[in-house]
Amino acid sequence: MGAPGLPHYLIVGVVLFALGTYTVITRTNAVGILMGVELILNAANVNFVAFQRFNPSPLLTGQVFALFVIVLAAAEAAVALAIVLAIYMNMKSIDVSHASSLKD
Amino acid sequence: MAETSERPSRYIETLVGAVLLIITAGFILWMIARTVLPNLVPVAQEGANLAKPSDLIFYVMAGLAIVSAAGVAFSRNIIYSALALLGALLGAGGLYVFLNADYVAISQLLIYVGGVLVLILFAVMLTSKISDQKHSNPSVGTLPGLVLLVALLGVMGYVATRSPWLTASSPFDAPQTSFTIGSLFLREYLLPFEVSSLVLLATLIGAVVIARKEIKE
Repeated sequence: MGAPGLPHYLIVGVVLFALGTYTVITRTNAVGILMGVELILNAANVNFVAFQRFNPSPLLTGQVFALFVIVLAAAEAAVALAIVLAIYMNMKSIDVSHASSLKD
Repeated sequence: MAETSERPSRYIETLVGAVLLIITAGFILWMIARTVLPNLVPVAQEGANLAKPSDLIFYVMAGLAIVSAAGVAFSRNIIYSALALLGALLGAGGLYVFLNADYVAISQLLIYVGGVLVLILFAVMLTSKISDQKHSNPSVGTLPGLVLLVALLGVMGYVATRSPWLTASSPFDAPQTSFTIGSLFLREYLLPFEVSSLVLLATLIGAVVIARKEIKE
C-alpha cells in the first residue's frame, strides 16, 4: 500500500474494462448493455488521464482527449436510449434477443 | 398485492440509504484522515513508509469504483445496476481529482452523473415492468463471460503492472488546468472541437426523430 503510481490507476482501468466487457456480453437487457459501454468508456478515460499525469511532457492532451470521450459518451447515450425507447414502443420489450426481426 | 408492491420500494429506500451512508462515511473518513492522521505520523515515523491520508483516500475511491462496477456487472435488478453505476462514476471522478485533472472531474460529475445517469434511470423507469423487478436484468452465457473476464483481468493486469512505462520521475502538475485545456481546445484541437459540436447537434435532432411517436394520418 505505497503511494499510488501509474500501475495502480491502470489496474483500476483494467478492472473497469473487464467488468464492462462482461456486462456487455452477458446482459440481454438493452439498458444493461448501455451501462457496460459506459463502464468501458470510463476505463479508457481513467487510463487517458493517468497516462497524461505521469507523462514527462507538460501538455494536457490526455485530458483534452478524455473530455472528447465524455462528450461522445453523452451523445451515444442519448441516441442509444432513443433507440431503446423506439424498440420498446414497437415490441413491448427491450430484450435484445427479441429484436431480431431484420433476420427474417 | 399490497405486500408485493411495498417490498421493492423498501429495498430502494434501503439502497439509497446505504449509498448516502457510504458517502457520509467516506466524508467522515476523509475528515479523520485530514485531522487525525498527520498528528499521528511523527509518532509512527519509524514505521518507514506509512500510508499517507491521500493514499488511503485513493484506495477508498478505487475500491468504490471497482465494487460498484462489480455491482453493475452482477446485479439481478436493473435499478440496482443503475445505482451501482452511480458509484462507479463517482469513484472514477474521485480518481480524476487525484490525477490533478479538476476540469475532467467536474465534467464527469456534471455530464455523467448529472446527465447520462439520469437518462439511463429514465429509460429504466420507462421500459422495465415493475411486476417482474426481480428478473429485470437477466444475463445469458455467464460461464463464457466469466472466462473472458478472468482472461482480460489476467492479461491486461499483467501488461499494466509489468510493462516498463516511461514515467516522469516527478509527475508534472499543470498550474492552470482549465486555462491550458481551453487554449488547447481553441488552438490545436479547434477542428475536433467544432466537429464535436456538430455531433451534439446531430444527436439532438436524431434522438428526437428516433424516439418520437409516429402520427398516423
